[in-house]
Amino acid sequence: MYAFTYERPKSVEEAVNLLKKSGEAKLLAGGQTLLPAMKLRLASPGTIVDLSKVAGLSGVKRDGNDIVIGAMTKHVDVMNSAEVQKSIPALAHLVSVLGDPAVRNRGTIGGSLANNDPSADYPAAVLALNATVQTNKRKIAADDFFKGLFETALAGDEIIEAVRFPVPEKAGYEKFRNPASRFALVGVFVAKGKDGARVAVTGAGESGVFRVKEMEAALGKDFSAKAIEGIKVPAKGMIADLHGTAEYRAHLIGVLARRALAAAK
Amino acid sequence: MSATGIGAAVRRKEDQRFITGTGNYTSDISRPGELRAYFVRSPHAHATIKKVDTKAAEKMPGVAAVLTGADLANDKIGGLICGWAITSKDGTPMKMGAHPAIAADKVRCVGDAVAVVLAETLRQARDAAEAVEVDYGVLPSVVDPAKAAAKGAPQIHDVAPNNMIYDWHLGDKAATDAAFASAKHVTKLDIINNRLVPNAMEPRAAIAEYDQGNDALTLWNTSQNPHVARLVISAFVGMAPEHKLRVIAPDVGGGFGSKIFIYPEEVVALWAARRVKRPVKWVSDRSEAFLTDAHGRDHVTHAELAIDANNKITGLRVHTIANIGAYMSTFSSSVPTYLYATLLSGQYAIPAIYAEVDAVYTNTAPVDAYRGAGRPEATFVVERLVEVAARELGLDPAEFRRKNFVKSFPHQTPVIMTYDAGDYDASLTKAMDLIDYKNFGKRKAESEKHGKLRGIGFSTYIEACGIAPSQAVGSLGAGVGLWESAEVRVNPTGSIEILTGSHSHGQGHETTFAQLVSDRLGVPIETVSVVHGDTDKVQFGMGTYGSRSGAVGMSAIVKALDKIEAKAKKVAGYMMEASGDDIEFKDGKFTVKGTDKSVGWGDVTLNAYIAHKFTGGQLEPGLKEGAFYDPTNFTFPAGCHIAEVEIDPETGKTTIAKWVAVDDFGNIINPMIVEGQVHGGIAQGVGQAMLEGASYNSDGQLVTGSFMDYAMPRAADLPSFKVDTTVTPCPSNPLGIKGCGEAGAIASPAALINAITNAVGHENVPMPATPSTVWKAAQGGMKKAAE
Repeated sequence: MYAFTYERPKSVEEAVNLLKKSGEAKLLAGGQTLLPAMKLRLASPGTIVDLSKVAGLSGVKRDGNDIVIGAMTKHVDVMNSAEVQKSIPALAHLVSVLGDPAVRNRGTIGGSLANNDPSADYPAAVLALNATVQTNKRKIAADDFFKGLFETALAGDEIIEAVRFPVPEKAGYEKFRNPASRFALVGVFVAKGKDGARVAVTGAGESGVFRVKEMEAALGKDFSAKAIEGIKVPAKGMIADLHGTAEYRAHLIGVLARRALAAAK
Repeated sequence: MSATGIGAAVRRKEDQRFITGTGNYTSDISRPGELRAYFVRSPHAHATIKKVDTKAAEKMPGVAAVLTGADLANDKIGGLICGWAITSKDGTPMKMGAHPAIAADKVRCVGDAVAVVLAETLRQARDAAEAVEVDYGVLPSVVDPAKAAAKGAPQIHDVAPNNMIYDWHLGDKAATDAAFASAKHVTKLDIINNRLVPNAMEPRAAIAEYDQGNDALTLWNTSQNPHVARLVISAFVGMAPEHKLRVIAPDVGGGFGSKIFIYPEEVVALWAARRVKRPVKWVSDRSEAFLTDAHGRDHVTHAELAIDANNKITGLRVHTIANIGAYMSTFSSSVPTYLYATLLSGQYAIPAIYAEVDAVYTNTAPVDAYRGAGRPEATFVVERLVEVAARELGLDPAEFRRKNFVKSFPHQTPVIMTYDAGDYDASLTKAMDLIDYKNFGKRKAESEKHGKLRGIGFSTYIEACGIAPSQAVGSLGAGVGLWESAEVRVNPTGSIEILTGSHSHGQGHETTFAQLVSDRLGVPIETVSVVHGDTDKVQFGMGTYGSRSGAVGMSAIVKALDKIEAKAKKVAGYMMEASGDDIEFKDGKFTVKGTDKSVGWGDVTLNAYIAHKFTGGQLEPGLKEGAFYDPTNFTFPAGCHIAEVEIDPETGKTTIAKWVAVDDFGNIINPMIVEGQVHGGIAQGVGQAMLEGASYNSDGQLVTGSFMDYAMPRAADLPSFKVDTTVTPCPSNPLGIKGCGEAGAIASPAALINAITNAVGHENVPMPATPSTVWKAAQGGMKKAAE
């Protein structure tokens, strides 16, 4: 780790000012990606702006027909939230298979989304549930938020404050783990909401999380595993590495989507 | 059997300190005034070093020195060596390239050291290392052993044209060819034995300290064999005479072979400590460990089995290319030769065997012994061939094995070994009972009902442990003897210290060795301590590897205990005014034969030291004896592992449903520790078969350089094992022990791949059989092995 300046603001406004002041500042949420990268000297921010003391960024609440999760809410708190378990059990399940106990006890939803790792679990839920990312500046629809590998719509001085999930009729998540990292080799989140069905895939796409429109169309009529039986996802654009070929990943999307549908609640 | 004697499941004494965090590992040790060392390592797999500019780094805060390969050469510090001489078919010696501890002219793999920075803190050293400017002339590289000897491949060491270190052979080619010519059936397989990264829990570390007053050096390091380290660093590297070099290997957190070898970093630490006259500490991080620990396996093999009309195996023919890596590590040459081809007869009576092994340099980390060392590779070849042959012939794989088993002992194989004792039928039968083999069909049908594939696979393995006698291994090229030493020091109050050359780094010697003494002398186990890992305390020893500590190390203790008993009887005789010959010793009590006169252990030990009952002319005072034990043969642990798997054909996910291991380790000192060794060994074998595989890209970069990409086995990957034993005592050592440390890792990969191939109905499932690979196989997309 290289030397850096450590700041611990009390408000979002103060945090934004610190970001503006230093060109090389990085926000620290749960630190489950940033800190290992810093220890390996792969990241070297000049300033760390620790959000842990910013008031009002944590917690899960129901707001009308939405579940609102504060950006600094730890994975474990989403997993254990009675409200999440009742309203979006697929989301509680997703968090229960995310990382390991250490990661779940430190990592946060906001940190995960801002990082947008192509194999992370949360982006699949946010995209499939058609959630809205609320920042200090604006509300960003899920479809506009994810911009590619580790890329998001967030501006340099923009901070995620909360994520708003419309409660779906039904949703399910199936993850197939990378045998080494235990990240998603492929993860598929299916959801049936008031605007129809959505299918989001993490782990497989060369440009990060993506939707499978053909499946969505079929599921709009019949939200069941049977409805997508004949649909094959092309291997083009899929990640190929020593853990799985592009063809394998494309194939897994179908398998996992069907299983997620069968298990959807 | 007493509660703490031979055969008792005594809880491990050493675990108290390991579990409570009070162990003493090398990185726990700090010396006053120590500097931290950080190595500048090559990012290129193959490059000339045009210039190393250390000026900027030397001016960085806290930096005491920046040393290069040129400095090392100027100080005439010798290179590292491989200590086992192998001879090629044409009689020429193996072609060993120079291995300087810091590269001076050329780097040959990613991670090769080009400079070392010594600074007050690790961070300062690391910062300064980044300021060292190295001008490389990048060269083409080769990482695939099958391509290393090809025309036009990059030349790695000038002394080894075409990167060929040796082309060696063993066995009778003409007789083997004749067996194939008259065979009714020939089974052929192409096998890649995947490269593994050892990944001991504790990364390597070294601290070196120079005592100016005595011109002597001390090295604390993570070694499985500190005396051999001292010998090599003294005699070959030329660092210091043996009596001026003390090597201490304190608690060591796992080795699996990778800590047998003498590494550049410990040599550099010693040299640097003397040069700057301050202690130097180096601790590997995990990333460095991936790049610089000696890796294991990495064979490319074509193998053929000849079978006659009666389904008897008549011949075995093997050609293997062994990847040695960029440099020849300490025992690298022996692994694919005498530790491999000599085991190709397996448990079978095979009249003719011929093996050819080409060892090649590549631009990868050195490859050397890793749990099993050659024997897992041999077992995989034999057990895959036998299983596939049975399937091709439509025979039950168990019955085909049984028909071809060696049944009478001693048995001379065509590849050097003389098997001394065993009962291969017994372990196979017991294992089949334990896994309920006869109902496998029902379980398979049940799996199929749920859309799953089920398969079963055997591995009836043999291994050779306690490699010896020294004279024999010397004739095969070993640069050392493979005996072991022991010293038994009895204190006046009766407590006992056992000094052994067998280093313990997870094996539990402090418990098992104490059990032996408790059993033999009838003393409480608490009164026995085991001292190892310090060249100033233990006179000499060969270390721990090759499952040798029980068979060889404990045999040396037995010999020393014989002497202790003989002398203690004499002391007791003087105490009771009887002849030493008339004294019986049992359960810690010395009795004059035919009388009720007796004295206890503590009385005798005290009298040995106060020497009031005898004169110096009659008997020397004291009670301390030493022994060196050189075995008369290898030991031959053997057994049967059966794996049963269930595969989800949609995802390729393999679940190990059942695992049975029935091993014949001869007599067992502590069944709990033995069972633990079997569990750990199976876990490592399952790791090789399903999860682990070091992968270099064509530029020589290690793709699997962290746990993000290198999959280690975890508890959830493994079933509950059913472990049992059969016993045929080893006839060549006094305790009848065979050794158990490597068996699990030797037996298990073949059992698992046999089970997976049985389930998917395809023989070509390369290791590691990841879900992606198994899915492809299950889809029928894999072509037959051999391509």
